[in-house]
Amino acid sequence: MTPLFSLLAGALALSACGGVSGTTITLYNGQHVETTDALVAAFEKSHPGIHVLVRSDSENTLDAQIVEEGPRSPADVFFAENSPALEYLQDRGLLAPLPRDVLAATPSRFNSPTGRWVGVTARVSVMVYDPATIPRTKLPTSILALAESRYRGLLGLAPSETDFQPIVTAVVRAVGRARALAWLEGLKRNAAGHLYASNEALTLAVNRGAVGLAVIDQYYWYRLRATLGTGAMHSALAPFAPRDPGYVVDVSGAGVLASSHHRSAAGALVRFLVSRAGQEIIARSDSFEYPIASGVVTAQPETPFAALQPNPITIAQLGTGSTAVALLREAQLL
Amino acid sequence: MSVGAPPQPVGVVRPARVGRPTRRPVTLLVTSALVVLALAGPLAFLVVQASDAGWGPIARLLFRSLTASLLWNTVRLSVVVTALCAVLGTLCAYLVERTDLPGRRLWGALLVVPFAIPDFVVGFGWTSIAPGVAGYWGAVLVMTLAVYPLVYLPVAAALRGADPALEEVARSLGLGRLARFWRVTVGQARRAILGGCLLVTLVILAEYGAFEILGYQTFTTEIFSEYSVGFDLAAASALSLVLVGLSLVALVVQNLVRERHGARVARGAARHHAPQRLGRATAPALVGVVTLVVAALGVPVGATLYWMTDGAPSALTGDSLVGAGLTTAAYAAAAGLLATLMALPIALLVVRHPSRLRSALSQSTLLILAVPGVVVALALSSFTEQHLGGLGYQSAALLVLAYALMFFPLALVGVRASVAQAPRALEEVAGSLGLSRARVFARVTLPLVAPGLAAAFCLVFLSVVTELTATLILIPTGAQTLATQFWAYQQNLAYGQAAPFALAMMAVAAVPAYLLGRFFDRLPTQRASALDPRVLP
Repeated sequence: MTPLFSLLAGALALSACGGVSGTTITLYNGQHVETTDALVAAFEKSHPGIHVLVRSDSENTLDAQIVEEGPRSPADVFFAENSPALEYLQDRGLLAPLPRDVLAATPSRFNSPTGRWVGVTARVSVMVYDPATIPRTKLPTSILALAESRYRGLLGLAPSETDFQPIVTAVVRAVGRARALAWLEGLKRNAAGHLYASNEALTLAVNRGAVGLAVIDQYYWYRLRATLGTGAMHSALAPFAPRDPGYVVDVSGAGVLASSHHRSAAGALVRFLVSRAGQEIIARSDSFEYPIASGVVTAQPETPFAALQPNPITIAQLGTGSTAVALLREAQLL
Repeated sequence: MSVGAPPQPVGVVRPARVGRPTRRPVTLLVTSALVVLALAGPLAFLVVQASDAGWGPIARLLFRSLTASLLWNTVRLSVVVTALCAVLGTLCAYLVERTDLPGRRLWGALLVVPFAIPDFVVGFGWTSIAPGVAGYWGAVLVMTLAVYPLVYLPVAAALRGADPALEEVARSLGLGRLARFWRVTVGQARRAILGGCLLVTLVILAEYGAFEILGYQTFTTEIFSEYSVGFDLAAASALSLVLVGLSLVALVVQNLVRERHGARVARGAARHHAPQRLGRATAPALVGVVTLVVAALGVPVGATLYWMTDGAPSALTGDSLVGAGLTTAAYAAAAGLLATLMALPIALLVVRHPSRLRSALSQSTLLILAVPGVVVALALSSFTEQHLGGLGYQSAALLVLAYALMFFPLALVGVRASVAQAPRALEEVAGSLGLSRARVFARVTLPLVAPGLAAAFCLVFLSVVTELTATLILIPTGAQTLATQFWAYQQNLAYGQAAPFALAMMAVAAVPAYLLGRFFDRLPTQRASALDPRVLP
């Protein structure tokens, strides 16, 4: 029994402190785990006095945890996958204002309108399709057409993914709530039997031909290609028409918690994420997201960020995603 | 009692009292009450959360067509997988224990090992090599392969311990092989089969990881979405209560079936069985068993090895692999210990001092098996946040407690089987020789039930190694287990990096799985089907 407990105590000690004198901060990470780990490692190297503990989970779970923890939250920094998760905390007064120089690293349209979180990467929604099931010429140019009956049995959907909510919000803004609901109901009919819990599983399903087409953020496809190799990619990407509500750029960002006792160290970590060094790590990583700060551009063979022609929806209009969630519930996709 | 009650006849002895100790087992009662209280905590949390939201929103959430389709998905999966597991588990146990199947000892060992493979690794293995495995039939396939050992293990033990005389008599009376299998073998193993089936049903109700990979929606996956998308604890709690209701139904059905076929087969003498000759059935039987071993064991292990060698070149994960392995083992060992300690008083109470109420209480502890891990985790973390000022929040201790609560029923299965076997007379002799209660317990009872304690420890250890959803919520920041690391990589489609963690999980779990197989092997009576709460002394 004794060695057992000492082992446990060891594991505890290992997890409780990093053994570095100085400041230890906690990062709640909803982003790509490996890229975040690489960013944290580089940050710790350039800031020897600061040690970062990382807690990775889905952004919404972390969001809910931060709200539940309230003023006692152990988190100092939150790195979210999508802007609504940050706006949600900001609305509840849980984020601290960021220093001006941190915000200045990223174009202001990708930051919090009130300056409490900064945009770190961007992602864009596209169609992924299986050319053996549906030829490119049969693909729609607008996401609204995906609700038409000709796509019945061909469509796949991951309605509980947080990445899907910005698209729903963009559709609501484009056609109004009532038509957006009818559109979601159409999607549900067309995707019957092909509802997935994650975009990863959805992308995989398209690639193996179980689903004809789906809407995802572009990087899932590139990540899958990095794992499987080009030879095993039986699917392809196609964009919607310029400015279509299905063509949405959404931003992943980071903020410092108002409850943090280590605001300067936490601020340093956020500053690093949008610095040239941090952005270059993102540009070279396997996350395949677009760096958007400090003038760094992606090294990956994707459509260059500057060449994208997305829907003009703003961060403020994307909001917390509550309208999208309510609508998804009403359509019984949630 | 009403006023006009007729006077009781004098001199009637209530037979149930015969042989009962006169002193009430106070220590046992108190400790058992504490354990039951701890187990009831998460269930109480569900009720409080759901009622906080008020009936209106809950009704809107529950009474809509999505609920109906989730209910249909959950029920048809549970029923079909349970039936398949019953058939596969019983047939395999029969072939290994009762026939001259070539290599049956080897097959016996290999058939147990899939118990050590996490369900989501089985799902991962199949979907990564056979893209067509998805949806309902994919879920049926994967879950059957992942959980049939829950039937196989107790049935094999029951068959081994059963009296062969019945079989011999049946043969001498001219019953054919099929009739003998159905009327004798299945009859003798009925309780073990039913007990195993109940476990299978409860496990399926709470499963998450495999279904996420397969794209199959059940109540548990929906509970996850409700919590993670809508941050809606009340909705998740209401859905969980439906799940608890379903598991209650399973519990009642199991009891009804058992009562209907009530008569308990006399144990008789457990002596060696002369194996039945399979004759012309040998080849198909062998093909069947080999197919099952390949599907349940070969595919997940093979897929894992394939991704390790053939997946994308990945950074060496050696460091985090060892760290996560040690953390996992430490958590699993601590939880195994705690759950076993919790199970001991309940098992002693129910077996040594049986009453209807105590049996019902002990059986109701099974319900927690069907509560999704995420819900247990939320209950505990919310309790520490709201009532303990954050004390213990995201600590290893709280995580270990969560594991112990979640897998308590498995510990109880192991402990009770042993307690039921330990001869009461030895304790009485020790007592009559002047040993105090405490010393009788330490010097007689404990050594007698030690194998069961070890089995309970192993069962919980195994389950903790593969636990994912509660771990994600409760784990101390910065710590990783093999399951969370596997999940993180698998989620990012980084199969090459995920594979070593899956392999490590199987390696860590293989030892207790093997020991467990040995325990059930040695258990010489039908009491291996110890889910039966009324194991008579």
